[in-house]
Parts: sequence; structure tokens; C-alpha cells
Amino acid sequence: MDDLVVQALSGLASASSLFLVASGLTVIFGVTRVVNFAHGSLYMLGAYVAWSLVTHGVFAFAGPFWQFWGGILGAAVVTAAIGAVIEVLLLRRIYRAPELFQLLATFGVVLVVQDVALWAWGAQDLLGPRAPMLRGAVRILGLRFPLYELFLIAVGPLVLAGLWLLFHRTRFGVLVRAATADREMVAALGVNQALLFTGVFALGAGLAGLGGALQLPRESVNLHMDLSTITEAFVVVVVGGLGSLTGAFLAALLIGELSAFGILILPKITLVLVFLVMAVVLVVRPYGLLGRAPQGLHASSGPPDPLLLPAPRALRQLGAVVLALLVGSAWVLPDYELSVLTEILVALLFAASLHFIMGPGGLASFGHAAYFGAGAYAAALLVQHAAAPMWAGMLLAPFAAGLLGLVFGWFCVRLSGVYAAMLTLAFAQIAWSTAFQWVEVTGGDNGILGVWPDAWAQPKPVFYLLALVLCVGGAMLLRRIVWAPFGAALRAGRDSPLRAEAIGIDTFRTRWMAFAISAAFAGVAGSVFAYAKGSVFPTYLGISRSVDALLMVLLGGVQTLSGPLLGAVALTGLQEQLMRGTDHWRLLLGATIILLVVFFPQGLAGAARAAWEKRA
Amino acid sequence: MTVLAVEHLAKSWGGVQAVAGVSFSLAAGEVLALIGPNGAGKSTCFNMLNGQVRPDSGRVLLAGRDITGMAPRHVFRLGVGRTFQITATFGAMSVRENVQVALLSQARGLGGLWRPMAGQKAAEAEALLDRVGMLEQAARPCGVLAYGDLKRVELAVALANTPRLLLMDEPTAGMAPAERIALMALTARLAKEGGIGVLFTEHDMDVVFAHADRIIVLDRGQLIAEGAPQEVRADPRVREVYLGTGATAGGH
Ligand SMILES: Nc1ncnc2c1ncn2[C@@H]1O[C@H](COP(=O)(O)OP(=O)(O)OP(=O)(O)O)[C@@H](O)[C@H]1O
Ligand SMILES: [Mg+2]
Repeated sequence: MDDLVVQALSGLASASSLFLVASGLTVIFGVTRVVNFAHGSLYMLGAYVAWSLVTHGVFAFAGPFWQFWGGILGAAVVTAAIGAVIEVLLLRRIYRAPELFQLLATFGVVLVVQDVALWAWGAQDLLGPRAPMLRGAVRILGLRFPLYELFLIAVGPLVLAGLWLLFHRTRFGVLVRAATADREMVAALGVNQALLFTGVFALGAGLAGLGGALQLPRESVNLHMDLSTITEAFVVVVVGGLGSLTGAFLAALLIGELSAFGILILPKITLVLVFLVMAVVLVVRPYGLLGRAPQGLHASSGPPDPLLLPAPRALRQLGAVVLALLVGSAWVLPDYELSVLTEILVALLFAASLHFIMGPGGLASFGHAAYFGAGAYAAALLVQHAAAPMWAGMLLAPFAAGLLGLVFGWFCVRLSGVYAAMLTLAFAQIAWSTAFQWVEVTGGDNGILGVWPDAWAQPKPVFYLLALVLCVGGAMLLRRIVWAPFGAALRAGRDSPLRAEAIGIDTFRTRWMAFAISAAFAGVAGSVFAYAKGSVFPTYLGISRSVDALLMVLLGGVQTLSGPLLGAVALTGLQEQLMRGTDHWRLLLGATIILLVVFFPQGLAGAARAAWEKRA
Repeated sequence: MTVLAVEHLAKSWGGVQAVAGVSFSLAAGEVLALIGPNGAGKSTCFNMLNGQVRPDSGRVLLAGRDITGMAPRHVFRLGVGRTFQITATFGAMSVRENVQVALLSQARGLGGLWRPMAGQKAAEAEALLDRVGMLEQAARPCGVLAYGDLKRVELAVALANTPRLLLMDEPTAGMAPAERIALMALTARLAKEGGIGVLFTEHDMDVVFAHADRIIVLDRGQLIAEGAPQEVRADPRVREVYLGTGATAGGH
């Protein structure tokens, strides 16, 4: 009983921290409609800057109290300034771009910040000092409870109250609320929109920085804070309802307490729990606890999609030449190069499968790695438990992944835009946690080893050719489906659900089937990858693999069929080169992504197409 | 023969009674105009007829069959085509593809994964486009068309299931006056030839009086007049709520 109370209290303390980050994210989204992937990075920067300010004693002249608290507040101010710079230099240029592109750009910022932080503060965990005056503990029901945690519990409601006052009692706040409700109206009022957006972004960034800085006495500062924080903050914001502060507060409480008690009650599935709750909330209330149905979140931004055109002759010829070269490589290239090419082929099919649901389907899956991993694990488990031959594993993979796609897709395809993206992410996290925590079956973190091809396919050139047939064949099959009536029905449902239903199309069913097809092809890619590597690990289902696929599709361009293929080659090649050539590959990759988004908002293939059409 | 019978249809949005117990019927081959000032409840009425909106009460009978509350895609299968006040087309698909999809849907051929759509129902699609005068623009994406042209594409799409009932919500908005008359003349001809019942709303009274066989007038959800064009034109109540407002020409 007593420790339940203490557990509840520490849940509240976590909820406060969560709320600080999530509130900034939700306010920024409300006004600018940008989903800021870099919010976790701002949080991490806040923690690092606070560490530097406090340990170097920048405010030491004012006494020990201000040495600490001055550092914390200073970190919030510095982070706010960094946020303003990001807004002015980057986001301002891409407000009109499709929302996924904005997400991509902010992901570029994540990569850049990671490398900058590594360079500035090093890779080791940093321990901060404890807060003056809040060092001790109090006794609650006979148990010790740190004072600092109590302080944190108070911070959440205080910040909520402060934000409420700001939004209801100041001109800035009134404008922010007006912009959240109706962006066009504020533009019409003649308000300096640029300044408002910068201000809001700085405010959100400052809140994230404060959240990070306040962690200093609680936990060490490290380079993984960004991604772990952003995932939790997304969950909170989406569960609360995008743009709703009170919703974020409630969701933070819910998630904070859930994590605190989850550890006590269901230690086996702690990782799944949070995402399971998010999935349930989104299924019951598709726009979060206090969110409202988004208006034009999906289609309004940007010009209409261009027509899908058959590839021009020259492109087909180029494709044939490349294909011939790829086939020929099997006899020419050494083994190492062939295995790199095999990986590129896998990436190509994986990207094509994601594109199928994202482009023609209009549904951004942020968790496509789940189906890639499902294919890989299906094959590996079959090998491990039934000593099955390779063909059986490769045959099972698409069915297993497709089945998972049917189950998850049934929930996901009901939503659209950011909500659908977050739900797919939640399901992928559930799949990942299952692979990670169900050690008896999946081997957990150690993965499953010994997933080798059959003897005939062991030589690298043979396996490479097999991968070529499966991956290129799969991508071409997907392309065929896009042009077939089913693909047309899918695109129809994306362009106008209203019209599609009025001419007899069951848009839900069509998207659902498309989701399963897309998952099945991802599963094929996963099984080829498993046999190529000889092993499978939970990382195959992880966020970063999902993000890789997204990057490939967006870099290449969603609006053309060849885009994802180009993106797969570009990204895999770039990563390969950068990782080998420099320690700062994240910085370079991030900067490349940012530049591409700013200068080629249609993706590489889109830009190539535009240049081609101008020439013709 | 009665194609459509509407009985005591009602719908309110929050406190607003958008449609308050409306009854009327429509015969095969008849062109019926539904007119009324802005906000009278015309579109709400349309949306209840094809299942877009579920009525609070009342019934919709299509050729004697109760279709109240049936989903739009099932209503389509029973032979109802419609156009929207704010056009709804597939913007990233060509005009021809827009019609092909509708034709294939009618033939239950949208499950195909292998044979490209380009070669399926193309001739029929072009025949329909020819009828509405959109053949020259068949290859253009709908996303770049002029508004009046979109209305034409919608008509071609609505005709794809050889409907027995055509619902057209402001079919000529965005067109030049001469085009309006021509398009409605075409619609009236199709109705007579194919025995299609046509229900349309329109703000341009010239179009209404030129092509409607019969007119019903809606005001604040109530049916206030019904009859031949001359009778309705002469009805003092109609003059008061509708014609008197000066909204006699031009759509919006
Ligand atoms: N989805 C909705 N939610 C709430 N109110 C609605 C909705 N659709 C219509 N209304 C309201 O119902 C009433 C009737 O609207 P409706 O669109 O049917 O009128 P209308 O006769 O088609 O007008 P118009 O000539 O402007 O197209 C209006 O007061 C409108 O505001
Ligand atoms: Mg209307």
C-alpha cells in the first residue's frame, strides 16, 4: 500500500517532465501545423546546456542558489533562442510543404544536433549536481521520498497555469489561440505571422529545454535522450489530442502513472504498455482525448499531386541498362560489394512497399519496420524451430507480414495524416517490444542466429541474384498493381473519399487490403535481409529502420513511382559512404536531408521529372 | 413510373432544423428542380437521398425499395448517380481515369491487380466524355481543370452506372450562362432518352425555368410550393421568400 503511494508520486513527477516537453510540441503544432521531430533534441540540448552552465559556474557569482537555478533557467532561454534560429533558418521556408516533408526536415535537425552534441559534450554520460535546497527527502507514510521529485510534481501544474495565463491574458496568447483555431483568419487580421510563428517556436523550444534542464538532478545527460523523449512526447501529444494543452496534461498524467505502475504490475510488458494504451485511445477516440478532427490536415497544404504518368521511354531504357548492369555484377564484383548491393536491393523493395501505402494509399506509415521485421522473424523462427529450408522461410515471410498488416492495418487505415502515422508507430513499437521482451521465443536482444541460406544459395553471387529477382521483381509487381484497377481505386480513395464512396468504392476495405499487400512485400524484403545477414535482431523492427524507409521514400519523392527506388539507392549509398568516410556522418546526412527538403521539396525523382519536363 | 419517393424526410443539425418533413416524388424521365434560398436545406436533402447523411426521420424509396440510411456506395449500386455542390473528383488522376474508375466500379472490376486500367473501359469512358464535351481534355488531370469543366466530368462520372436517378447539386455553378443552358439541355435530353429521373438544385432561374418539368421550393427546411414552372413563378409565397430576394440570376 505505502509503496503504491510512493509509486504514484513518482509517476506524477515523470508526468510533469513529460508535460513540459509535450506542451511545447503541442503548442507548436497548434499554431504552425508542424510536427517537430526535433523536439526531443531541444530537450536534450536543454539538459546539456544546463549541465555546462551549472558545472562551469556561469552564475556562481550570485551564490550557490543562483549557480544552479540560473543555469536551469539560462538553459531554457538558450534553447528557446536555438528554437528561434531553427524556425527562421529552416521551418519558415517549408510551411507550405506537405506535412511529411516538414517532419523529414526536422528529422534532419535531429541528426545534426546529435553530432553537434557528440562533438561538444562527448559520448560519455554526464552527471549533474543536485538542486540546492531540494537535496533531502521527506517521509511519506514512513517511506523516503526525494524533495526534488515533489518539486517536479508541482512544476507541471504551475507551467500549465502559466501557459493558461499567457494564452488568455496577453495579446500574444490571444493571437496564438486564434491561430490555432484558424490560421487564415490571423493572416487576414494583418498580424505579423512570421514573428508569431517564431515566437511560438521559441516558446515551445524553451519549454522543451526547461524540461531537459530540470532532469539534471534526476538522471544522467546522454545522447539517447532525444529519441527516447520524442517518442514519449509524441505519445502524450497524440493521446491528448494534437494542439490541446489540457489534453497533453491529462495524457502526461495517464502515461506517467501507467509507466510507474506498469513496472510493478506487469514488468514483462512495460515497453508495450504505453503504446498499447495509445493504440486503444486512438481507436476509441481517433483524435485523442481532447483533440478535434483536423481540418485539411491532410490534403490542403501544397499543390495537388501531379498525374501519375507512365515512365518515359528514356527512363525505361535507363532502367533496362541498370538492370542489365546489376545482373552482370554477379559475375564481376567481389563478395563484399555484392553484399552491399544485396542490402541496397532489400532497401529498394522495402522502400517500394512503404511507398505503395504512402503514395497511392495516402497513408504515411511510421512503423513499416514492423512488417519488415515480421518477415525476417517468420523466416528465422521457422529455421530455428522447424529447421525449415530457405524457400519455406521465404514463402512464409509475406504471409506472416501480410497477416500482421491485416491486423494492425484494420486499426490504422481508419485514421489519416499525423494520427495514422502515430498509430502505425505505436503498433510497430508493440511489435518491437514483443521481439525484445519475449526472450523465450525470440531470444530477445540476442536475436536469432544461424539463419543461413540453403547450400545452393550460399555463394554470394547466387544469393545476390536471388535477392535481385525477389526485390526487383517485387518492386515491379507493386508498380503493376498501382496501374491496375485496384491501384486506381486506392488512388481514388486518397484523392476524394467522398467521390470514391459515391461511385461504389469501399474505401476502408481498399486501403486495408493495400496496407496488407504493402506489409507482405515488406516481409519479403525482411526475409531476404535475414538470410543475407544470417541473423535477426529486434532492431529490424525498430524506429530507426522505419525512419530509414520514410527517408528513402521522401528523399526519392512520394509522387513518382521511381522516387522510392532512387531514394533507397541514394540513402543506402549515402549512409554506406558517410559511415565509412567520416565520423560525422549524422551531421552530413542531416544537413543533406535539410538541403534536399528546402531545395527539392518534390524529392529527387520529382526534381528530375520537373527538369525533364521543362527540357521537353 | 415513380423512381424516387421521399416521405416526411427530416434532419436537424444541433438546433437547426435543416430539413423539416419534406415529401415529394419523381417520375422516370422527369426533370425536377429543387430551389430555395441559401441554407434552405437543399444539399442536406440531397445528402439524405444518397446516404451521405442519415435522416432523423422519414423514408427514401428508390423504385419502391426503402433505401433510407443505406451507405452511399450501396445506393450507387442501385443506380443512383450524383454530383456535388463542391465538386469531388480524383485530382491526381486524368479525366479519362476518373470515368474509367466509375465504370469499372459499376462492373465490379476494381479488384484487378494485374491488367493495367489504361486498356479497360477506355472506349466507354471516352464515349461518356464526348457526351458532356470533355473528350479533348480526357488526358488532363482533374486537379488543373476549370470549375465548369469539373462539373462536366462529374456529370460523366455520375452517368457511368447508367443511373435511373441522377442527383445534381448545382450542376452549372462556375459556368458561363450559355454553357449552363447547354449542359442542362443535355441533361434533360439524357433524362428523356434514358428514362432517368433527374433532381437538381440551381440558383440560376433561367436554367430552372428553361429545363425543369416541375419545381419544388424549399424554405428553411419546409416545402412551400410545388408545381409546374409557371405555377411556381406565380406563387406569391415563392415570390416573397425567394424571387423577391433578388436572387434570380447567377449562382455562387
Ligand atoms: N454538416 C453540417 N453540420 C452542421 N450544419 C449543417 C451541416 N450541413 C448543413 N448544415 C446547416 O443546415 C442548413 C441547410 O444547409 P444546406 O447546405 O442543406 O443548404 P442549401 O440549401 O444547400 O444552401 P446553399 O444554397 O447555400 O447550398 C444550414 O443552416 C447549414 O448551416
Ligand atoms: Mg447546397
